Parts: sequence; structure tokens; C-alpha cells
Amino acid sequence: MAISKAIEQVTINIDGIELNVPRDLTVLEAAKQAGISIPTLCYHPDQDVKGVCRICVIQVEGAKTLQTSCTLKVSEGMNIRTNTPLIREVRKTNLELILARHPKDCLECARNLNCELQELANTFGIREISFPHLKKNLLEDYSTPSIVREPDKCILCRRCVYTCNEVQGVGLLQPINRGSETIIGTPYELPLSDLACALCGQCIHACPVGAITENSHIDRVWQALSSPDKHVVVQTAPAVRVSIGEEFNLAPGSIVTGQLVAGLRRLGFTKVFDTDFTADLTIVEEGSELIERITGSKTLPLITSCSPGWIKFIEHYYPEFLPHLSSCKSPQQMFGALAKSYYAEKTGLDPKDIYVVSVMPCTAKKFEADRPEMNDSGYQDVDAVLTTRELGQMLRASGIDLKKLPEENYDLPLGISTGAGAIFGATGGVMEAALRTAYELITTEELAELEFKDVRGLEGIKEADVQIGELTIKLAVAHSLGNARKLLDAMKQGLADYHFIEIMACPGGCIGGGGQPIPTTNEIRAERIKAIYEVDRNMPIRKSHENPVVKELYKEYLGKPLGEKSHHLLHTSYTARF
Amino acid sequence: MIDSPLALRNITRNIDKIDPESIEEYLKTDGYEALKKTLTMKPKEIVSIIRDSGLRGRGGAGYPTGLKWYFAANTQSDAKYVICNADEGEPGTFKDRILMEGDPFSLIEALTIAGYAIGSNKGYIYIRDEYRLSIRRLQNAIEKAQQSGYLGLNILGSGFDFDLEISIGAGSYVCGEETALFESLEGKRGEPRIKPPYPTESGLFGKPTVINNVETLVNIPLIVNRGADWFKEIGTECSPGTKIFTLSGDVARPGAIELPLGTTLRELIYEVAGGISSEEKLKMIQLGGAAGHCLSPDYLDISLDFDSLAVKGLSLGSGAILVLDESRSIIKTAYSLAKFFCHESCGQCTPCREGTLQQKEILGRILSKKSSEKDLELLERLSVSMVQTSLCPLGQTASLGISSAIKHFKEEFLSYSERGI
Repeated sequence: MAISKAIEQVTINIDGIELNVPRDLTVLEAAKQAGISIPTLCYHPDQDVKGVCRICVIQVEGAKTLQTSCTLKVSEGMNIRTNTPLIREVRKTNLELILARHPKDCLECARNLNCELQELANTFGIREISFPHLKKNLLEDYSTPSIVREPDKCILCRRCVYTCNEVQGVGLLQPINRGSETIIGTPYELPLSDLACALCGQCIHACPVGAITENSHIDRVWQALSSPDKHVVVQTAPAVRVSIGEEFNLAPGSIVTGQLVAGLRRLGFTKVFDTDFTADLTIVEEGSELIERITGSKTLPLITSCSPGWIKFIEHYYPEFLPHLSSCKSPQQMFGALAKSYYAEKTGLDPKDIYVVSVMPCTAKKFEADRPEMNDSGYQDVDAVLTTRELGQMLRASGIDLKKLPEENYDLPLGISTGAGAIFGATGGVMEAALRTAYELITTEELAELEFKDVRGLEGIKEADVQIGELTIKLAVAHSLGNARKLLDAMKQGLADYHFIEIMACPGGCIGGGGQPIPTTNEIRAERIKAIYEVDRNMPIRKSHENPVVKELYKEYLGKPLGEKSHHLLHTSYTARF
Repeated sequence: MIDSPLALRNITRNIDKIDPESIEEYLKTDGYEALKKTLTMKPKEIVSIIRDSGLRGRGGAGYPTGLKWYFAANTQSDAKYVICNADEGEPGTFKDRILMEGDPFSLIEALTIAGYAIGSNKGYIYIRDEYRLSIRRLQNAIEKAQQSGYLGLNILGSGFDFDLEISIGAGSYVCGEETALFESLEGKRGEPRIKPPYPTESGLFGKPTVINNVETLVNIPLIVNRGADWFKEIGTECSPGTKIFTLSGDVARPGAIELPLGTTLRELIYEVAGGISSEEKLKMIQLGGAAGHCLSPDYLDISLDFDSLAVKGLSLGSGAILVLDESRSIIKTAYSLAKFFCHESCGQCTPCREGTLQQKEILGRILSKKSSEKDLELLERLSVSMVQTSLCPLGQTASLGISSAIKHFKEEFLSYSERGI
């Protein structure tokens, strides 16, 4: 009989349409129910309202001036007009005012045809900007391998400010100066490379325009693909197969694994491999590490280390917890190291001729690949990192329509994976994959129920106790750096006695990564997560330690988990950063 | 203070009459009688007296003070705040400075009464940094009041606790807007908040807050002592009481004067201020500070009270009156207003941030005779958007001086265009 208290209804009138709506709705939301879509710009469905762009203004009977529909709550008897000559005029004026400070370089912009400002200008039928064009001429920031900021394009909607502060708890983006000199900037206007930025790229998803984008690796990949002396291999992260369809207008959550493989082959990659394979390998190594730490009474909780944004965050903000991190490299870097050692040996190639490209849902992966210690093969393990968006761009530029491609299979041997590797793409996935393996390694019994539902879903911090033999393992899963901060602060106060913690920098995990198709909203994240679990369900093997190629790899090359060769190629260490 | 037979000395009764640093002298002129009376009454009764008096806010908006107090008094909360807005930044306005420098104890007494009336134990005076003498005198007055039992715990043995703190602004005009002031007081970037919620529901630190202007507050002890009926005898029916007007520009006797609300501009300029200081004729009056309308001499007989002005779409603002004679350039005046607002916009919302910049840009090109034919239309379009869609009163009023100047002095604007607009 759990009936939640009904929210009181009010009667309102919008553009002559009488409507009963819950009283906690804003006029914007209520109008949507009446089929009226009020234009917005600073509004974001996953954020608190800011009410600063002043595009969504509407007229309320009795009010002296127009009101912003995103901030105004409905009330009984409210009489609202959303489309009067005055409203049309001022919306257009405000839009023109924004455009008068915005560069007119849409054709050269990464967000061309996927820009909320451009779309509004089109919707409003702007054919001329009446006001003087006053350029800002601010410095661009190309200082990091991951993120590019072009503040001239910024329209001061403050969505990135919300994301950086409220969602990610990093707080490097803030309004600076005032009036027309206001910019969204960093402390002392320093470049991101000089700051404690996790490079998660969530600000890219917040940005309605092209003021924040990724540092593109497209050119270097084209160059490698056209070099006759390069053996170019590619790996695809788990989350990409459930999101790249959106780059081709497929519905969020469309699974296009086979088409993705086919598309990559057509782009000219010699071998198309799967990061899911090294995700499985990560689980075997990390699962063994967990068992070793628990049985050897070593540092606990063990915290996952596959999310490079998270790693950079903890290195900056919680260096005292670095001993808790798993020493496992991320699947991307394990792949790079193996491609230029094991795979090179197996194929008789000189590792210097192998060029490793990753397709990642992530901007921080570009930084990770660039880390000086990531060269255990003797070369830079991963040479280029493309975001899902960049791959979409390359495919489109090559005239390849993913939707029309046949499904093809990954190449052997590094393309064989299990469902456990696939779920790395969703928050809780690494934890679940690890449990599937740890259970069987510890108990030597077969796990009856593979799906650990407690660690799934979009709740910020998830906790569970799992019984493995005689051990009760206490778990926590956090996604978004804001939630990571909460969890670590609790640990600091001694309030978190977990054995194992999974942390992902991005909301929703990798499927919500900073390199994913735009838009990425919580609603879209949920669809991609559903798809990831469907990928898992459809896999013949769903436990990492049962991956036949992983077994073969240990037999032929690595020896045993946490062995000497593993230690050399698959594990790493961390650095406290200022 | 301008010496004039028309002047009243109610809220300015102590100015230049007593030593503003001496609590003893303040006590000798009925000082703290109102607080003593207050403490014998119920908080509700005090709120009723203020409501009955019809006192309206002297900061610019003219909102009924008693109503603010009533809302705050009736909101349940573990903490409430009383704030004196002493961030007097409206160009040409210096009434609050005169009151704080000359009679700081009155303000402190008023805030204590306000605290009692709404159930608050903590007040702040948010004051601009430039007002060094006011800050010193207020600080001195707070300390003396604390030492004499008029502030602190168990005031005058009543069981009522109330204390005051001075908070100094950082030079931003917009922090005179009440919600931006809260942000600043909380240590944040001084940007106005979206309303609702209103301060009486969620103000400083999210608690119910009464925020009143200095001049509004110093009326309180008088009303408590002399009664609402006495107060209503002064001024007009809907705008009772006096107002301090500050006159500047081309008048013979610039300065401040306390007069009943309902005085006309003509009386102010010609009788009080001695008319125009030069041989030139009166050209323009800007009423209410930089955010006020620029008026032609046709408006001389308008009654300076909240409602008569509202009917004409005007506002009394802070009571600043800028008078310009025929030798002055309206375009330059408008440009200087545009520059001011462009500098002072907080930068949060589009119409104000960009509108104030475009006003400056467009008036700049009119001034340099490089204007295009549509510039006056553009300024009008800007004004409509700024008035209708700005987030706070700064943006909503930042175009009024300019648009009214264009309305009343169009010929002059037209003459600045080479091609003729």
C-alpha cells in the first residue's frame, strides 16, 4: 500500500489551453504537457535552473514584466501566454544579442549542425544580426591532450559551471569579471594543464555550443592509416557500441557492435580488436588483487582504477588514498601494452611499426595514453585516442553510413570477450564483473545468479554486502566525481569500511563519458545502460575468467595473474599531483 | 543640508545638532525611547503600527515596510535576519551617508526594533567601502550601544537578544540590489538571485530576512514614538512621511533636504535649490539617479510621491535629482549613463550584460557621428528587452535614462546623425 502523497493539482491556462498540472511544475514543464515547446538555452534537463539566458520568457497575466518559464512555478488560475508579439520580439532581441558576441564561424566549428544556439537561430529565422558584432578575442586553451576551450564561443549559459561544480565537485569553471567582460574561466585564467582538472569532459556535454570540445586526434589517425609502414590496429571501448549509433541518428541505446567493426575495417584498420578483451583481463588481474589484499590483510578498500578522469582526480585531490587504488592499468592501456608486446611477438611484427588507436567514450583517455609511464612495451602503448564523436566524424567523412553496414566480427585474438567485459561501460559494471570472477575464484563453485542488481542503476552511490563463501564483502559503487568526493570524504572520517569500491568519473559510467555523442543526458544515459546489459545477456560467455583467449594469454605469455610479466605490462603506479 | 523654510527636520532632526559619537547626547533627544516602548509591547503590535503608518521603502521601490515585516514575522524559522541596506551607490545620492554620519544611533535603534518585531536576533549593516566616516561612526555607535545594554544579550532586561555587525561591500553597484547583497554578505559573487522566493521567505543564508534602506529605517523610532497617525499627517495619502532629496548639477544650492512626499520638482529646483546656477535655462531633470528617467521641463509640476509618479510610468528612485541646463549635451549624458551601467552590470543575464554593452557601443557611435539610420530603433529594441526580460531591477532600469532621453530630446539625437536618422 505504498501510495506516495499525491501532489496537489492546479488549473492553469496556457495559450487558451486549460490544463490540470501538479503544482511543483515550472511553466516550462507545464507548457510541454500542453504540447508547447518554449525555446530555451541555459536550461538543461539534468541541472538546477539558472534563468540567465532570458530566452524562455513568457507572459503571465497580472505580472508587470515578462517572466522566465524555466524558473516560474505554476499556481492556481495562472493565465499564461507563450507567443505574443512582445514575446517574439524580445526572444529574438536576446538571441541576437548573444549572436552579436558569438563568432560567425559555424562552418569551422566542431558543433556545426549539433549546436543549440545555431538551432535556435534557425528556429527563430534569424537572417541578420541587427546589433554591432563585438568580438571578445579571448585566449583559446589547447594546453591539455583532452579538452579544448574556445571562450570566444561561450555564451555564458553557465551549464558547464554547474557540471564542474555541482556534478563533478571539481569547481574549476566559474564566472569571472562582470558585465560584458564576464567570462567563464579558470582560477587566475590559467590553462587547464596547470590546474587540477580531471579532464573528464563533462563540461563538453553541458556546453550548448562549441566553446568546449575534445582535442582531436583525427588527423594523426588519418596519417597513420595512410602510412604504408604502419600496422594500424584499433580497440573499441565497451560503451562505444551502444552509443555510436547516435552519431548516425539511431535511437539512444541502439546496439551496433557488428556495424562498428565493419565501419572500422572500411576505414582501413588492419585489425579491429576489442577493449572488452582487456576488460576481461583487468577483471582477472584486479580480482586476484582483491583476493590477495583481503587474504593478505593489505590495504583495503581496494578502489578501481580504470577511469582515467577518476585517477587524475584522486591524484590531485586525495593523494593520501593512492595506496587504495588497484595497480591494474585500465583496459585501454593493458591493450596497448599487449598489442606492442604479446601481439607483436605472436605476429612477428616489430612493435615500432604497430600503431594503436583506441575508440573511447572518454576525453581523459587521451591524457592517460599520453602519460609518460604508459610505455611498458618499450613504446608509447597507445598512439591515438578517438572519442566516439571523432569516430562518427571520420566515418561520415568517409561516406560510411553505419546504419547500412553489415555486422562483422572482431579479429582474433584480442577481439574475443565476455559479457563481463561489456558491462565495464556502465556504472557498477566493473564491480559486477569482478564479483562474477571473484566468487568463482574464491569458492571454486559456480555462481548461480550472475546479475548483481544492487550495483546497477543511476543512483549516485550504491552499496551492497555480498556473501562469497565465508566472506561478507562490503561494496560501494560511485559514479561522477561529486559522488566520488562524498565517498572519499566519508572514508576520511572513518565512515566507510568497504572492501571494494568502484569509482567512475562520469555520471552513469563510461556510457556517459565526456567523449560520447552530444547530447548526453541522464535520460540517454539510461538507454545506453539498458543496451549494455543487453549486450551482456547476449554473450555466450559472461565471466571474464572464462574468456578462452585470456586463458591462452596466461598460458602462452603472462604466466599467472599478478605474475612478473603481468606486473611489468599490466600494472602501474600513481603520482600525487600538486 | 540645504537651508530652506520648506525643510522638515524629522528624520534629520539630530543631524548637525548632536554629537553623532555620543550616546549620551542621543539619549537626551529621546534616543532609545522608542526601543524602550517597543520592548513593553508585543512584536505583532509593533508590526501593526508600522503597517498602519503606511511607511514605504525609501531605497527606490517604495514597497510597504510594514508588509515586509509582517511576512517575515509570520514565517517560522530557527533564524531570521534584519539587514540595513547602506550600500548607497546610486549616482547623485548621498542621503544615507548624511543619516549615518549624523545620527548613527537612530539607525541602530531602528534595527533593534525591527529585530524585535520580526523575531530576529541578528542584524547586519551592509555598507559601501567608500563610506569610511559612516562605517567609523556606526562601529562606534554599535560599541556604545553594546556597552550601554542597548545591543547584545537581554537588552534592557527584556530578555530580548539582538546584535549587529557591519559588513563592508567591495565596490559593486549591483550589490545594492537586495538579493545580490545577500550573496555578497554570504561571501559569494555579488549577483542577484531569481525571485521568488522573496527575502521575507528565503533571504540571507536562506532564512527569512527583512532588508530595509537606511532612510526607511530611521523613520521607525519616530513612528513608534509619535504614532502612525502623526506620520500619516505628513506627505500624501499613499506616500506618507518625508523624503530626503539630493539635488545636484546646475542648481544654485545643491545638497540634501528633507521634505514631505508630494513636493513638486518646481518647488525643489526653484524654491529649495535656488533655481539654475547659470544664465542658461533648465534643460533636463533626471529623477531618481542613474536608473531614473530623463525629463524635460514639462514635468516640473509633477508631485514627487510614489503613486503620482507611477501613474506616469516614473519612479522616485533614491530621491536623487540631477538638473542640467541648456549648455549640457543630452547625448553625452546618455553616453555616460550607458558607460555606468555597462560597468556595473553583473553579467549574469543576457539582456543586461549585452544590452548595456550595446547601449554604450551604439551611443558611442551616435556621439562620434558615425551612427547608422537605425540606431535609435536599436536602442528602443534594447530597452524593451532590458525592461521586460532582465533578471533584476538593475537591468530592468538600465535603459530608462537613455530611452526617456531619446523620447524627450529626440531632435538633439537626430542632429547628431550626419545623414539624419
